[in-house]
Amino acid sequence: MKHTGLIGIILGFVLTASVCMAAPIKIGAIFSVTGPASFLGEPEKNTVLLLQEQINANGGIHGQPVEVIVYDDESDVNKCVMAAKKLLDQDQVSVVIGPSISGNTLAIARFFSSAKVPLISCAAAEKIVSPVLPWIFNTPQLDRHVVIKILQDAQAKGYSRLAVLTVSDGYGQAGRAVLKERIPADGFVLVADEVYGPKDTDMTAQLTSIKAQNPDAIICWGTNPGPAVVARNRMQLGLTTPLYMSHGVASDKFIELAGEAAEGLVLPAGRLVAVDQVPADHPQKPVLDSYVQGYTGKFNTAISSFGGYAHDAFMLVAEAIRLGNSAQPADIRDNLEKITAFPGTTGVYSYTPDNHNGLDESAFIMVTISQGAWSVTN
Amino acid sequence: MDLSTLLQYLVTGLTLGSTYGLTALGFTIIFNTTGVINFAQGEFVMLGGMMSVFFLHSLGVSEPVAILLAVTATTITGALVERLAIRPVRHCPAINLVIITIGISILIRGIAMILWGKDTYALPSFSGNAPVFFLGAAIMPQALWVLGISLVLLGGLKFFFSATIQGKAMLACSFNAKAASLVGIGVQRMVLFSFMISAFVGAVGGVILAPITLTSFDVGIMLGLKGFAACILGGLGNPFGAAAGGIILGVLEALGAGFISSAYKDALAFVILLILLFIKPSGLFGRDDAKRV
Amino acid sequence: MAYRRDMYWLAAFFTVLMLAPLAMPNNYYLTVLIMCCLHAMNAVGLCLLVGHAGQISLGHAGFYGLAAYTSAFLSTTIGLPVGLSMLAGIGAGTVTSVLVGLPSLKLHGHYLAMATLGFGVILSILFTETIDITGGPSGFVGIPGLSVFGYELTNDASIYRVVALGLCLIVWLAFNVLHSRIGRALRALHTSEKAAQAMGVDVARYKLFVFVLSAFFSSVAGVLYAHYLTFIAPASFGFMFSVEIIVMVVLGGMISVPGSIIGAFFLTVLPEFLRAFENSEIILFGAILVLCMIFLPDGLAGGWNRLWQRLRAASAQASLRKQI
Repeated sequence: MKHTGLIGIILGFVLTASVCMAAPIKIGAIFSVTGPASFLGEPEKNTVLLLQEQINANGGIHGQPVEVIVYDDESDVNKCVMAAKKLLDQDQVSVVIGPSISGNTLAIARFFSSAKVPLISCAAAEKIVSPVLPWIFNTPQLDRHVVIKILQDAQAKGYSRLAVLTVSDGYGQAGRAVLKERIPADGFVLVADEVYGPKDTDMTAQLTSIKAQNPDAIICWGTNPGPAVVARNRMQLGLTTPLYMSHGVASDKFIELAGEAAEGLVLPAGRLVAVDQVPADHPQKPVLDSYVQGYTGKFNTAISSFGGYAHDAFMLVAEAIRLGNSAQPADIRDNLEKITAFPGTTGVYSYTPDNHNGLDESAFIMVTISQGAWSVTN
Repeated sequence: MDLSTLLQYLVTGLTLGSTYGLTALGFTIIFNTTGVINFAQGEFVMLGGMMSVFFLHSLGVSEPVAILLAVTATTITGALVERLAIRPVRHCPAINLVIITIGISILIRGIAMILWGKDTYALPSFSGNAPVFFLGAAIMPQALWVLGISLVLLGGLKFFFSATIQGKAMLACSFNAKAASLVGIGVQRMVLFSFMISAFVGAVGGVILAPITLTSFDVGIMLGLKGFAACILGGLGNPFGAAAGGIILGVLEALGAGFISSAYKDALAFVILLILLFIKPSGLFGRDDAKRV
Repeated sequence: MAYRRDMYWLAAFFTVLMLAPLAMPNNYYLTVLIMCCLHAMNAVGLCLLVGHAGQISLGHAGFYGLAAYTSAFLSTTIGLPVGLSMLAGIGAGTVTSVLVGLPSLKLHGHYLAMATLGFGVILSILFTETIDITGGPSGFVGIPGLSVFGYELTNDASIYRVVALGLCLIVWLAFNVLHSRIGRALRALHTSEKAAQAMGVDVARYKLFVFVLSAFFSSVAGVLYAHYLTFIAPASFGFMFSVEIIVMVVLGGMISVPGSIIGAFFLTVLPEFLRAFENSEIILFGAILVLCMIFLPDGLAGGWNRLWQRLRAASAQASLRKQI
C-alpha cells in the first residue's frame, strides 16, 4: 500500500512531463450555458468538452493536445464582451468557438478583427457572415436556407396564402425578416404576420386572428417552448390549417412538450434528428453516428442539433490546424478558407474567402412528425 | 368581426388572467401581514409545477399524489424562507426585506435549475385535451379547472381575512405590528403563516397552470412580474382586487393581441395600467389610505 | 465638516481610478472596470433617489436604454457627429424622465414602483419591436466608437479614463446636491413628507428634481455604454437591470454615495469571480445577496464603518491597557 502512493506520484510527474512536452493548443469557447439561450449553450458546451476528451485521448492534433477554455455568457451581451476580452487578452487563445446567439456574436466580432483571432460562431444570423469579415465564420445553416426549404415544400403542396407567427427574440426576428422578404418574392401572399413573446404561455389570440385570415398554411418560427404551445393551441382551437415549424424545434424535446399536438407537423431539420434514416452512403453518416454515440454515451440527455453546431466548429478548427500544421491564429484562419467538402453533423462545409458559412439548403431535410417520431419526407 | 372570435379572445384572456390573478393572490397574503412585496412569489408558483413534474416522473407516483407532495413541499419551502431569511431581519426597513426576497428568488431559481435542468416540462391535463365549444369559442377543460380552483381559493381567502380570528390577526399585523403584538397577536407566527399560505396558494397555482403554460425553472420571473402588476392594478391588500386585476390584465393582453398588435400587447396592457394608476393612485379597488413608503 | 470629508474621499477615489490601469495586466480588466464605472453611475443616481428622496424606481434601465438607443440611432443611422448624438441621447433620457416623473411621483411606495416598472417594460418592448429603428432583439450593430471633441478613442485605456472621469464628475455633482439646500430639504422629506410639506418644503418639486437628476446620470452612462460597446441590445435594458441597480444601492447601504459605488463594483465584479463555479454561480450569487442583507443590513459601507469602529475601539482599549 505504501508503494502505490509513491508510484502514483512518480506516474503523475511522468504524465505532467509528457503533457508539458507539447504545449497545448488553446481553444476558447463562449456559450450561453445559462440564461434564456441555455438550450443552445448547454449542448454546445457538453460537445466541446466531449471533443476535447476524444481528441486528447487519440493523441491530440499532430501530437499537440488541445485545451478548451469555456466561458458562459449567461445569454447576456455584457458578460459575453467580458468573456471575449478574457479569452483574447488573458488566456490568449488561438481561436474562439461561439457565441451561441447572434446578438452576442455581432457584439464581439469587432474585437476579433482587431486581435486577428478567428471566431467560429454557432449562431445563424445572416449579418454574421454577410458581408464577409475576414476573421468571422459560422457553422449553422442560414435562415435563408430554411425558408427556401419550407417554401419549396409549400409550392409543391400548392399553398398560396401563408401566415407567419414568429417569436420576438433574435431568432424569431431573423426568421421573420427572411420570411417577409421571400414569401412575396416567391409568389405567395403573406396574409398575417403575428408575433409572440419568448415567455408567452398562450398564443390562442394570435392563432385566432390568423384563423380569421383563412391562410393555406401557417409558418411558426421559434425555439422551445413557444412553438409547442402554438401547436397545442392550434389543436385546442380545432384548427386544421397545416403548420410548418422552423429548425429551431428539431429536437425530441419538442415532441415531448407538444404531445399529440405535434402530430403531422412539417419542418426542415438537420440530419441529426433522424440519424438512423440517413442512408449509409451519405457523406455525413459516419460523423453523425460517432457524434450521437459519443454524446449520448457521455451525457444522459437527448442529442440536439445545436450541440452539432459546436461539434462542426470544433472539427473545422481541428481540420484547419491539420491542413496547415499550425495553430497560429492567422494560419487557422487561412486554412479554414481552404476547407472543401468537409462533412459535419449539420451539413457538408466548403468555406471560401467569399463564403464563411459554407453550407447550402441541402443541409436540410424535410421531416414530418408522425406517431411521436421524426419521419423523413424527401 | 364575428362573435365567436371575440368570445375566443375573452376566453383566452380569462385563462391568462387567472394565472396572473393566482400569483397576485400570493402577493396579497404576504403583503397583508408584512407590508412587503415578496418577489419570490413567482418562484413558489414555479416550485409547484416543477415539483409535480419531478415527483410524477422520478417517484413514479400517480398525478394526484405527485401534486399533493409538490404542494406540501412548496408550503414547507415557504416556511423555511420565513424562518431562515425573513425572521432574522424583521426589524430592518421594508426595502431590505424586498431585496432579500429578490435574493431568495434568484437562489430558488438556481437550485431548481441545478436539480431539474433547464428544460421545459409538460404536466398532463387533469381531464383530457378535448376542448369544449361554447358559441364557437374553444374552451379547454384545464382552463375550467383553473377558473374553478381560482374562485375557490379566492372565496377561501376572502372568508379567512374577513371572518376568522386568524385572518383578522394577520391583517392587524400589517396595519401596525406593534399594536398587534400589544393586543396579544403573535406577529412572528402570523408572518410565518402568511408565508406558508402564500407558498401554498402559489404552489396550487403552479400545479393547475403547468398543463396549460408548461413549466420550467424560470417561469417564475414573468409570472411574478405580471402578478405584481395585477396586485397593483386591483389595489394592494385586497384579494378580490388582486384576482380582478389579474383577469383585467389578461383580457387586456388577449384583446390587444387580437385587435391591435400581438407585438405590442404587453406594452398596451402596461399603458392602460399606468393611465389607471394616474387616475386612481391606489389601484381600482384599493383604499386611499393604504400608504406605506 | 462633512462636505470636506466627502471631497477628500472623492479625490482619493479619483486618484485610485486613474492609477488603476497601471496595475491591470491586460485589457480584460479594463473592460470589467469600465462596466463597473457605468453601473456605478446608475447606482449613484438611484442612491440619491432611493436613499435620500425615499422614492423607488424600477424603471431606470429604461432611461439608460433610451439614451443609448437615441445616441446610437442619431450617430449611426442619421450620421450626426458622435459628440452631438451623445448630448441628444442624454437630453432624450432626461426630458423623458420629466414627462414620466410628473405623473408618477404623485404615487407612493409600491404603486410608484409599479408605475416606474411599467414605464421600463413599455420602453423595453419599444426597443424590441421597433425593428427598423433599433435593430430589434438581435441588437443595434455598428455604432461609431466613443470620441471626444472629434478624436476617436480607440484603445480601452483612454475610454476607461473618460468613463472614470465621467463617474467622478457625477459623484462630485451628487455630493454638491446633497450638501446644498436641496439635500437638506430631501432629508426632511425622507424623515416625514407631511412635516416637510408643512414646513414649506416644495416636496413635489424636490422629488422631481432628484428623479430627473438620477435619470440624467443613467442617461450619461447609457450613451457612454452605447459608444464604448458599439453594440446594444434590448436585453441589456430590461426589468432585471433596473432591479440590479436597486440591489447595488441597497447593498451599498442606501444612503451612502461611496457605498453605492462599492455596491456597483462588487456586483459587477462578483460574477467574473464566480465564473469558475459555472452553473452554481447563480446559487452563489443569490446566497451572497441574501447573506449580505441579513448580516450587513446597513450595507457594505455600513459594515465597513462598523468594522472600522470596532477596530478603533479595540486599539483604543489596547493602548489604554498599555498605559495601565
